[in-house]
Parts: sequence; C-alpha cells; structure tokens
Amino acid sequence: MNTKHLLPGLALGLSAAIGGNALAEEDPIKVGVLHSLSGTMAISESTLKDTVLMMVEQQNEAGGVLGRPLEAVVVDPASDWPLFAEKARELLEEEEVDVIFGSWTSVSRKSVLPVVEELNGLMFYPVQYEGEESSENIFYTGAAPNQQAIPAVDYLMNDLGIERWVLAGTDYVYPRTTNKILEAYLMDHGVAEEDIMINYTPFSHSDWQSIVSDIKEFGSAGKPTAVVSTINGDANVPFYRELGNQNIDSFEIPVVAFSVGEEELSGIDTGPLVGHLAAWNYFQSVDSDANDEFIAAWHEFTGDDSRVTNDPMEATYIGFKMWVQAVEDAGTTDVDAVEAAMIGQEVPNLTGGMAVMNANHHLSKPVLIGEIQDDGQFEVVWSTDGVVAGDAWSDFLPDSKMLIADWTDPINCGNYNTETETCSGQNY
Amino acid sequence: MKRLCLWATLWLLTSTALAESLFEQRLGELTEASLAETQSLLEALEAEGDPRLLPLFDALFNGNLYYRDADQTLVAADPNTGDAPYIGILSGEVIASLNEDNVTKVRVNNRLRRYLNDALARLKLTAPDPAIREAAVNELLTQLNADTIAQLDVLRADEQNAKVQQALDTALNLYTAQSSDQVGARVQAIGELSSSLQNAVRNALARLAEDEDAPEAVQNAAAESLNSIEQKFTFYGYVDQLFFGLSLGSVLLLAAFGLAITFGVMGVINMAHGEMLMLGAYTTFVVQQLMPNAINQSIWVAIPMAFLVAGSVGVLIERCVIRFLHGRPLETLLATFGISLILQQLVRTIFSPLNRRVVAPDWLSGSWQINPALSLTFNRLYILIFALIVFALLVLIMKKTALGLQVRAVSQNRAMAKAMGIKTDWVDALTFGLGSGIAGVGGVALSQLTNVGPNLGQSYIIDSFMVVVFGGVGNLYGTLVAAFSLGVANKFLEPITGTVLATTLVLVFIILFIQKRPKGLFPQRGRAAE
Repeated sequence: MNTKHLLPGLALGLSAAIGGNALAEEDPIKVGVLHSLSGTMAISESTLKDTVLMMVEQQNEAGGVLGRPLEAVVVDPASDWPLFAEKARELLEEEEVDVIFGSWTSVSRKSVLPVVEELNGLMFYPVQYEGEESSENIFYTGAAPNQQAIPAVDYLMNDLGIERWVLAGTDYVYPRTTNKILEAYLMDHGVAEEDIMINYTPFSHSDWQSIVSDIKEFGSAGKPTAVVSTINGDANVPFYRELGNQNIDSFEIPVVAFSVGEEELSGIDTGPLVGHLAAWNYFQSVDSDANDEFIAAWHEFTGDDSRVTNDPMEATYIGFKMWVQAVEDAGTTDVDAVEAAMIGQEVPNLTGGMAVMNANHHLSKPVLIGEIQDDGQFEVVWSTDGVVAGDAWSDFLPDSKMLIADWTDPINCGNYNTETETCSGQNY
Repeated sequence: MKRLCLWATLWLLTSTALAESLFEQRLGELTEASLAETQSLLEALEAEGDPRLLPLFDALFNGNLYYRDADQTLVAADPNTGDAPYIGILSGEVIASLNEDNVTKVRVNNRLRRYLNDALARLKLTAPDPAIREAAVNELLTQLNADTIAQLDVLRADEQNAKVQQALDTALNLYTAQSSDQVGARVQAIGELSSSLQNAVRNALARLAEDEDAPEAVQNAAAESLNSIEQKFTFYGYVDQLFFGLSLGSVLLLAAFGLAITFGVMGVINMAHGEMLMLGAYTTFVVQQLMPNAINQSIWVAIPMAFLVAGSVGVLIERCVIRFLHGRPLETLLATFGISLILQQLVRTIFSPLNRRVVAPDWLSGSWQINPALSLTFNRLYILIFALIVFALLVLIMKKTALGLQVRAVSQNRAMAKAMGIKTDWVDALTFGLGSGIAGVGGVALSQLTNVGPNLGQSYIIDSFMVVVFGGVGNLYGTLVAAFSLGVANKFLEPITGTVLATTLVLVFIILFIQKRPKGLFPQRGRAAE
C-alpha cells in the first residue's frame, strides 16, 4: 500500500473523528515548536521558542482560535540537523500538531522539508535565508536575499561609494549561495573580479588574525572598501574584536552583517563594533506603537527588562499572526485550507507598513540598514521607501532567473520556469 | 607656546564680531540638522576657523557630543567615562547640573566620521604633541592639494621634531612626485619616497608606474621605488605571518598543557580536558562579575582562581572516577566523555546556554604599531608571552620539585615507585589536579580570544590531542615544538588554501606523520618508554 495515498486518508479520518467529537470545542489546537534548545544554535533559537510561547499565551488570553485554546508542543532538535527531520516527524505523526514554527539554519530547514511535504504539514520558517526554494508546505517569513543582501549592497555602493568588496562568510549553504548571488550582482554592476575577495571560515571560528590582516591589506589599495559579512553565530565576536585590535575603523572599512542582530550583540562588548552596519527588516530601536507594545510584552513575558528583541522574533510574530488569521478565515486548521487562506494575509509590521504574504510563500517587508551603537542597539541610517516583495528565486543567478514560485492557480508550483512554461521540477 | 601665539594672532586677525556670531549661529543649527545636512554644516564651521573646532570635532568623532535638552547648548562628555562631567563647547567650562538624563546625543554616521577624521587631521597639524602632529600629517597623505601643501610648507620651515620633519618631507615629496611640472623634480621626489612605508605612498607610486600620461622617466622611477617598497612589505608580511603562526601556536600550547600532563604523563585519555578549559574561562567571567570596577586587574585574580577551581574539580574527578579505572583506557575514555557532558550541562544550567561576556582589559586591546607596515596586536603578544611563562613554570615543577620527581617516578614504574614509599594514590590525584589546573589557566587566556560558552572546550579538545600526540606523549618539550610548528604551518598554508582546507591539510599531515613515527616528534626512550 502506498503511504502517499494512505496519509491524506488518515488525516481525513482523523479530522472527521475530531469533528464528530462532542468535546471539539475544548480540544486544543497544537502548535509545534521546533527550535534548538541546546548546542551551537541554542544561543539564537531558544529566544524564538520563547517568542512562540509568548504568542500562544497572548492568543489564549484573547480567546484562542476558532474558540479552541492553543497548546504549544516544544521539542529540542539540539542543533543536530538530521534530528530536525526526526523531531518534525514526531511532531506531525505522534503529536499531530496543526502547525510548526521552527528551524534557524538553512541546513536544518532542508532536513525538515521532505518530512513536512510527505506528511503534508505546515511550517513557518522565521529567519533570513539564501532563497532558491519555495515549498507548498513552508511559509518563509524571514528575508530573501533581495530583501536584505541586495539592498545592503546598493546602500554601500550608492551612498558610501564602495568600490572594493570582501564577501566573508561561514562555510555552509546560506553564505555560499548569498555570496554567489552577490558576486553575480556586483559583476553586473561593473565591479572587476580583482575587486572582490571571497573568504569562508568554519562555524565557531576564533582565530581571525590572518583573515583580518588580509582584509586590511585588500582594503589598503586606495579604493573605498567594505566587508559584506554572512558570518554566522558566535564567530562574529572574535571577528569584530580582531577588527578593533587591528585598528580597522568602521569609517575606513565598514562591515555590513546579515546575521548580527540585537540578540547577538547583547552578550558582547560592543566597543569595537560601533559604526559597523547590519541589514534587517526590523530593529528594536525603531520607534512605533506596535513595536513598543511588542517589546513591553516581551519584557513582561520573560520577566527581564534587559532582554532584547530582534528580526527573527518579528518574523515569528508576523508568521504567527498570519497563521491565526488564516485559520480564522478558513474556519479550520486543515493544512490545505489554511495554506490557501494564507496567501494575501496582511499583518502590520512592527516597524510600520503592512506585511503581505505573497503567492510565492514569501513576505513583502521593508528593508532597514542600521549602524551599531555602543549600547548594543542599531541606529537606522537608511531604509527602503516602501515594502519589498520577497523573491524566492534570485534574478541574478543564471540558473534561477527564469524561475518563479506561485502557489495559486493556474500555476500552483514552487519552481515554475517562465521560459518553458513548466514546473521545472528543479530540486529545492 | 609659540604655536599657540601664532594661533591666537591668526584668530584675532580673522575673527570679527560678525564671524564669531556666525560660528555660534552655525553651531546652534547642528542640533537640529539631519544626518544628511550635518556634513555641509560642519564644512561651513571648518571654513570659519575657530579654536573651539578641535574639541567640537573631537567630541563628535568619538560620540561624546551631547546637547542640553532645555536650551540645546552643546556639551562634550568626558572622553574616559562617556558621561558627566559635561564641558560646554562654547564656554569651555564644566556644566555641573548636567547628567545623562537631561542631555541628548548628537548623532554621527560613518560618512561623518570619515569627514571628521580628515578634518581632525587638518586641525591637529599644529598640535603641541609631536606624535599627534606626525599622525596628522600621515593622515593627510591621501588628500593632498595645493592648499594643504602650502600649509605644510609653512609648517615644515618651523618644525623642530625630526620625525615630524620626515613625515612632512614625505608629504611634500608625494605631492611633487604627482603634480610637479618638472620631470627632474618628480624623479628626485620619487627616489626619496622609496624609503617610505606609508600605504598612501605605495598606492600613489603604483598609480604613477601605470600612468600612461606620465613621462617615461617618472614611470620608471616610480616602478623602481615601488619595487623597493614592495620588497619591504613582503618581508613584513612574512614577519606578520610568522607572528600569527606563533600566536596560534601559543593558543594550542595553552590548550594542550593540561592534556600533556593528564594524558601525556599519566596516560589517562581525558576527554573532559576541554571542559577544564571551559571552567577556567567561566572563572574569568565570574571574577569579572565580582569586581566590575577593576576589570584591568581582574585577570590577575582570575589566573590563580581558575587554577584552583579547575584543579579541585580535577582532583575530584580523579578521586571519584578515574582511580577506579586504572589500566582500562576504553572505560576511562567513556567515563571522562560522560563527565565532559555533565560539566557542559552543569554550566548550561547555571549560566544559561548563551555565551557569557568577558571584557578585555584595556591593556589587552589595540595593537603595537612598529611601523606603518607592521603591527602586532597586544592580546596575542601577551598571550604568547604568557604561554611561554606557563611552560617554564611547568617544566620547573616537573624537573625541580619533589612532586615532579614523584610524578615521573609513578608514571615510569608504578610498582617500583610504590615500593620506594611514594603514595601513588596521592600523586595521581595531585598530578591530575595540576593538569586540570593548568588547563584552567589556559582557559583564562582563551577567554580573551574566543567565546565563553558551554561549547568552548569541545572546539579545543581535538587540537589538544593533536598537539600532544604529534609532539610525543609524555614530553613537554615535544608539546612546545609541536604546538608552534602546527601553528606556523597552519598560518603559512592559510593564505594559499583558505582556512578550512589549511586545517584539513595539517590534520592529514599529522596522520601521515604518525604512520611513520607512531610515538611523535620526541618519543620517550629507554625504560621509561613502556
């Protein structure tokens, strides 16, 4: 017997059973939380677990969803990529959750993806990533490269007149793909090959002396130079410290980072970082009523006034609100109905403007660039005029520029080739 | 003094009552200007010329410029503390009533910082301290024009300090080399530039050597001077790399010391060694929390504390676990691995899974600028020295003390040592404690270089074993040589192959080496070997 046919049947049977249950109103809706609570990524991911718990608590206080309470099911995939797939299977098959909020690194998302597709689960992924993917079962509420990397490079090129580029990253799929996109983009804009330096380092790298010295040497050629950093996790701390020790000032060689947010800055001495940049869709320092409310709620939930908020938290917040709205609109937690109801959902951004879920399962969001201040917060120095729609397939890579994702009829496909007018079946 | 008088006369000559009020008026606009407008405002201010520009620009550049909320009076915060006492920019006097609640910071961004950096260099050309004057001249090398050159010419005539004279000559020569209309003068200036190590000179010469429009004589002279400069840069580049290598070696050495004792001398495959490093690093953090006002001194407290903490945990592990597993290496390996997991989880529970912030003392920040082409960072330099001191101490303990003698006796022949009346149990515990304590001390040094978190130990355990095995088990000198040679090899490979591949290549090399010489660089000989 083919499991593919068995499973939807099983799901139908289950929902029928639940529908027929007299206690249906009391039955909680289960929300799976799939974030690492131990291992290297715990530093970033445990915050997102708390965010989901806070949102669940708030929603329950407001009367739940469809008159039913929400119940969070937390599992710990322990920064172990294959374990993400196992835990996702456990959430969907044993706990029978209606939605999963989870993952941080791209490699963990790629490990979960086949599981949620096979079991027809629903997942929200809240972190900026390299794009080149659109699954029917996943909603991407973090930034795609055109919502973070490309605008940051535009800012450096146009506003700061940067001519020489260091693309430094941690050695895994997100930095490598992002740098491939950026390299193609820079070359399109007339940057010569010898003016681009690409460097990869392992996770948790701590000996930055020769790399920083290379960057210094590369930047001393008389042309304005900047570092575009996709360095991930705690390797950033010794990196910035070494920059400070080797007297590289932010106005000489600015570093713009895509993975350094308020949370990462909260554990370190920000002295050497002042003036360096980060590109995100959200900063805690942005002054708006919605943001003030969110920060106050976060402080109350954690019982700690010094806890910071960051971009993936906002992405989790938006994703959660959209899911609630979509479930209310669909009148059911059935995955296919919610998926269809998700497209077009609007939730106000915490920084102003409206986030919209597009047909490619990516959000439209504003892009902000901030300078690091000595209190570990960011000062916004530049922002896009309106919101930018997330692009699942980069327009700057030859293999993906003809691809689009559109999960509405008539296309209904995550990798539609506009030249051959077929679902290309390209691997995610 | 002479300079001050000069300034005062200049100031009197140029400043009329009108100009003064204009300066103050412009200053008033500063608090309301947007970041985009600020630069033109600052340029206008600079054009006015005023002695109060220097404190103003200095405060703005360093992020110490504030204004009083009530009437927008500009004040500079104390450069050391970043808050009170605040000094009025216009009055030059301390305004006592101010604190951080009733002032607002004047914002700057990188573009303004860049402008301010150049403007400060122009203003500091007449500073009383010759070192500041020299730095200012060097800063100006990238932005020479007829105006600045005229100013520098005047300054050169009055300059008494040899170093500043040299810097001024470089600037004047650089300008002549690029802009003079006499070929002879240009060639001569280029020739004199060949001894300079300034980056701006190097770049300008590189441009001249490639410049098709310049006369051939100038091009050739530029290429020749550039060649001699490049040779020096290459040389200093190697010195730099060597230092990086030694520094990486010293980190490996500090990480491996403890293991050289527990694994090398006692033969215990101690998988919990990395966690001893971690305990040392966390001790540094706790000590800093306990003495927040004396960060600079905290490290001297942290070193003995780390030794005691990690050492006593070591003794505890030995007494409770390892002594029951003598001669059973596999069980020891598993048991110590279990201990390492327990310690990690313990730290996670007590301190949270997040990394803890260890502040670098002032004297460990920054770098020692030997010349424009070569600078050594202080933290690496001190850690290198520290590693060597620890090594010397360790050798002293092992070779010159009664404990060292007994340790060596027990490790060579336990039964015989016991027969001679040595309390082997006691020696085992102390040795393991010593090894763990030294690892703790290494952890203090590592806390200055890397993140202090529950995973700190895991990232060094492999390296530590590599160093000890490569150097020859049971030989401290072997550990020293192995650590430095691995460090230097890694750093010389890195520019060619990239970081990831360099580490891999070094590992492959060690595997091959161990195939050829299973006992490492310096194997133990004679009866001690078995």
